[in-house]
Amino acid sequence: MGHLFGNYYEAVAVVLFGIGFTTLLFHRNMIKKIIGFNIMDTAVYLFLAAKGYIAGRAAPVPESAQALKRAEDFINPVPAGLVLTGIVVSVSVTAVMLALTIRLYRRYHTLDIDQITLLAKREQYEEEM
Amino acid sequence: MSIIQNFPLFNIVMSMMSGVISSLLPRRQAKCVSLALIGAAGIMNACVLWYVSVHGQYTYMMGHFPAPWGNEIRVGVLEAVLAVFFCAIMFLSLLGGERYLDTDVEETKANLYYTMLDLMLTSLLALIYTNDMFTAYVFVEINTIAAGALIMSRNNGHTLVAATKYMIMSLVGSGLLLLGLSILYDVTGHLLMVNMHEQIVSYAQTGEYAIPLTVAMALMSVGLAIKSALFPFHTWLPDAYAYATPTSAAILSSLVSKGYIFLLFKIFYRVFGFDFVLDHKVTNLLFAFGVAGMLMGSVVAIYQHDVRRLIAFSSIAQIGYIYMGIGLAVPMGTVAAVFHIMSHAASKSMLFIAAKGLSEVSGDSKDFAHLRGSGLRNKLAGVAFSVGAFSMVGIPLFAGFTSKVYFAEAALTAAGGKLVVAMAALAVSTILNAIYFIRALITIYTPKECADFDAASYRIPVTMAVALVCFIVLNLFLGTWSGSIERAIATGLGTF
Repeated sequence: MGHLFGNYYEAVAVVLFGIGFTTLLFHRNMIKKIIGFNIMDTAVYLFLAAKGYIAGRAAPVPESAQALKRAEDFINPVPAGLVLTGIVVSVSVTAVMLALTIRLYRRYHTLDIDQITLLAKREQYEEEM
Repeated sequence: MSIIQNFPLFNIVMSMMSGVISSLLPRRQAKCVSLALIGAAGIMNACVLWYVSVHGQYTYMMGHFPAPWGNEIRVGVLEAVLAVFFCAIMFLSLLGGERYLDTDVEETKANLYYTMLDLMLTSLLALIYTNDMFTAYVFVEINTIAAGALIMSRNNGHTLVAATKYMIMSLVGSGLLLLGLSILYDVTGHLLMVNMHEQIVSYAQTGEYAIPLTVAMALMSVGLAIKSALFPFHTWLPDAYAYATPTSAAILSSLVSKGYIFLLFKIFYRVFGFDFVLDHKVTNLLFAFGVAGMLMGSVVAIYQHDVRRLIAFSSIAQIGYIYMGIGLAVPMGTVAAVFHIMSHAASKSMLFIAAKGLSEVSGDSKDFAHLRGSGLRNKLAGVAFSVGAFSMVGIPLFAGFTSKVYFAEAALTAAGGKLVVAMAALAVSTILNAIYFIRALITIYTPKECADFDAASYRIPVTMAVALVCFIVLNLFLGTWSGSIERAIATGLGTF
């Protein structure tokens, strides 16, 4: 238990990941699925950002050339870079998913993925008749 | 430094740029750009293959920042062989199905199809060559978006639903991959595979971080298994392959899932080291699911009356073969798995293109009831379909037979229990394959007239004919001259 409370950022991140993951996988509403996906990815960014922070150290931006200190004074900047890259990726995937949802809605007039699957099957059945 | 050493990175950048240019060009020019690009990439990678087989493997630093700070590309024999092969399959798939793209894709959006195809090539090459985990993740996502777009490019209800299902499952998979690699980065402090490996080896000796490393490996294995449609995660696959345009179906079945499997190889061999993987029994799990996939995919395929769904379910069985090879946990098993990646890619893309040729002469129906006699109406497509079916069943001379021999050889060197299970699974799955493929062959060669078909005016498209002949030659080549390829794979894996 001590580990859990000592690393509460990471624990919360994993719980959020689980929430997003189950929403993405099991929720029937397309929009909520996309929200779930974003929660899931954001949880990983929280995890990375929490891991990049080192207690008592400054952001890796020296105020002036004279203030340029040793690397030991700064936090790790790489996770921040990874988070930025990850955000770009998840924004583009979200855009694709939203575009797909709009096309599905225009065709089937519902956001429920189970109902959409059913309607698509019926469409095929009518085509074959 | 030789100029050839720059080719892998140059290829990745070049295909990305072509994607951008294609989005501005009219349809016909975009098609030419794509074909030229894939051809050029294939030739350049052949040069790289020659270079590494003479001078040995090398690591390419980007911006001359040495490890552990920079981003790297690593080129070995195995990577080069697969890159050449992927380019060849992609070229032939595009050539074989290009005529149907004009009718399947809306005319105003046709050039965007080629943009997605170029991005697909970019991501596949990057997945093959990269030595950096986070770069791999970014290109996994690019691959997902491009594959989703390739599925939904044929604008009807089924493809939209199929693309949605594909995207959802893929996002679940890449989410798990991202979490896994974040944990791995936090534990090891590196993103380059080689540096990660050094840290993991030192942790393995001291016993530190045992749980986080296991969790990371499990997350990444499951994530990539979902993305490559290993058996219990295959639900998105049949619809996606059955309703997409033939070129998309051929590329998706033969290349997209294989890119992820190759990334899994890298994670197992280069990041964790195979001994570490064996200690954690991950291979046993993959073996069990692989065997289940081999059997279940084939059983479900027997009940299909749609030729493209039959081929799609057969793909699930073949992915099962590949995972079974990894799961055997012997060096020969991995060689067999890599060889099967190639033989399956060569056969499946040919089957999808040939199936389109057969349904074209049967009133555009994919149902076996209407396909009767189609092998006699479109002779070349019939022959190609037969070659693909023979290869999948495992008749000698064809590619599928050779990979089954390698799997059997690998099983003989495996531990007792796995030997029995693998051999039994191979035998049963071969019989099941034979049941549905031979039934399909009998159907297409049963003489029957088709009302919608006008024999006098029908000519098989030239591009499709060329592609099918090349596919047949490629298949026979893999089946009969497999020795040199097997040696190349074994050398490549030895220095992986």
